[in-house]
Amino acid sequence: MIEKKIISKRFDKIDPYSIADYIATGGYKPLIKAMTGERIDILSEVEKSRLRGRGGAGFPVAIKMMALAKEAASVKYIVCNADEGEPGNFKDRAIMEKDPHSILEGMIITAYATRATKGYIYIRCEYDKSIEIMRHAVDEARKNHFLGLKIDKIDFDFDIEIRLGAGSYVCGEEFALLESIEGKTGRTRVKPPFPTSVGLFGKPTEINNVETFANIPVIVDMGGDEFAKIGTKSSTGTKLLSLSGNVNNKGVYEIPFGIPIKTVIDELGGGVPDSRALKMVQLGGACGPIIPRYLLDMIIDFDRFDEFESKTGSGAIIVMDDRWDIFDILLRNVDFFKHESCGKCAPCREGHNQLARLLRKFTDRKATVKDLISIESLARVMHQTSLCGLGQTSPTSIISTLRYFREDYIDRLESLEV
Amino acid sequence: MTLDLMLQKYPASSEYLIEALRDYQTAKIDHCVTEMEIVKIAKYFNVTESKVCSVVSFYSFLSEKPKGKYVIRICRDVPCFVNKSESILKTLETRLGIKPGETTTDGLFSLEFTGCLGQCDHAPAIRINEKTYVDLTPDKVKAILSEYREEKS
Repeated sequence: MIEKKIISKRFDKIDPYSIADYIATGGYKPLIKAMTGERIDILSEVEKSRLRGRGGAGFPVAIKMMALAKEAASVKYIVCNADEGEPGNFKDRAIMEKDPHSILEGMIITAYATRATKGYIYIRCEYDKSIEIMRHAVDEARKNHFLGLKIDKIDFDFDIEIRLGAGSYVCGEEFALLESIEGKTGRTRVKPPFPTSVGLFGKPTEINNVETFANIPVIVDMGGDEFAKIGTKSSTGTKLLSLSGNVNNKGVYEIPFGIPIKTVIDELGGGVPDSRALKMVQLGGACGPIIPRYLLDMIIDFDRFDEFESKTGSGAIIVMDDRWDIFDILLRNVDFFKHESCGKCAPCREGHNQLARLLRKFTDRKATVKDLISIESLARVMHQTSLCGLGQTSPTSIISTLRYFREDYIDRLESLEV
Repeated sequence: MTLDLMLQKYPASSEYLIEALRDYQTAKIDHCVTEMEIVKIAKYFNVTESKVCSVVSFYSFLSEKPKGKYVIRICRDVPCFVNKSESILKTLETRLGIKPGETTTDGLFSLEFTGCLGQCDHAPAIRINEKTYVDLTPDKVKAILSEYREEKS
């Protein structure tokens, strides 16, 4: 058994529309423990847990929480990023549809620890079922006095509003998301200042991914030290994985950090269908690296993924068999980002057009050595100079294939003359 | 629903602009917002018309261009692609006689590409208006299209 169900322990075992089911399985107990009972220090427990953000970037959660707690403003916000739009990711949808109150509980505990006054959940409008279930959960939580005024009879007011996107990938980027909640086009802001000092409506704001919030009640319940024993030194706890592509058992799986990718694909995924050979795997989503078979012994771990300089930590694993051409895959990634770029900064806005143009020369076998040099340097420039995570990470699939599948690029050159 | 009635559902604060627009377009048969409506919406939320236009052109689910009664959105990202989404696209194109970005002459269907729908564990996937269809094959797509056509007649 390589699965370890902590975040997914209630999946398919409770009715997501029933707050009673959630409470009967230990739900909202951590919240009461944190607020009234043992009066534990939430911030220090989260710090001890060494929890890192689950949206992909792996930023230490305690740092954001402490930064928000320190802000003296009378209005402070907690925002849950449920704009899961990265191709190949669907684990946040699973949490919302199968255990919605765990997200709310994590948000309420975070708000209590940081003295935030209001919460927002920004859900992409394509997630109809998630929206319906989350709305219902917020209503139920309010009726049961876990949200609203004087939560659980103590002097703490906090409520949550659900906001919907309108079809924009970049709104998953934290500043673009805040702009969108404010009713504007989803274009990022220049940072610093960071959201914890100047965020939503100019107020201090902490933004976390759905899965990150779902981890908070678990940490309060078991204690930060116990939590930190799960996983690896740099990546504590478990990770929800979205396994897709050419694999027999696609789906969401929860594993402790430190499990090799190959074990996930073979044991949980049941391998590649139709006795085909695995050719490559893309990690994290369209913005992640594409790696060859010989790297699959790599363990799932934030530090191990650091070498790709991308937001690989969201837990998507897209398996591709030997039928697929690398350039078809790369072009799909680049066309996606070209469409989703907000257009605010030049490296991203112009860069994707040029990447697509150069990649098409490789698919048409019309590329020159100069094109190879251009694509390599352009990918690097975009990575280093784009304003937000979109343009910084979108060239990762190109940078990684230039490293691991370089011969494929060379094969497509019209001639080897410089 | 008339535009006035819909607007009343939202506080007259510009932060609700996107949701109001999406709500209204979802309910409209041609899924778009006209110039006259933009003027009215801008006035209600006390923002400039150009701001409404910039929001409408930014978000994929908002449009100034009229669309078919049923907007079919097909995912073209990698998890669907490696599960034969191209065959789904081809079936849709042949059956409807249109390419992505176009609307059938009877105004019944529009075909568009969409970003990942988060249904990769049941790829390939499409969305028709507010409904998502998964685990598709060309035959399933043909059956779904017939259902929509029958609904019309």
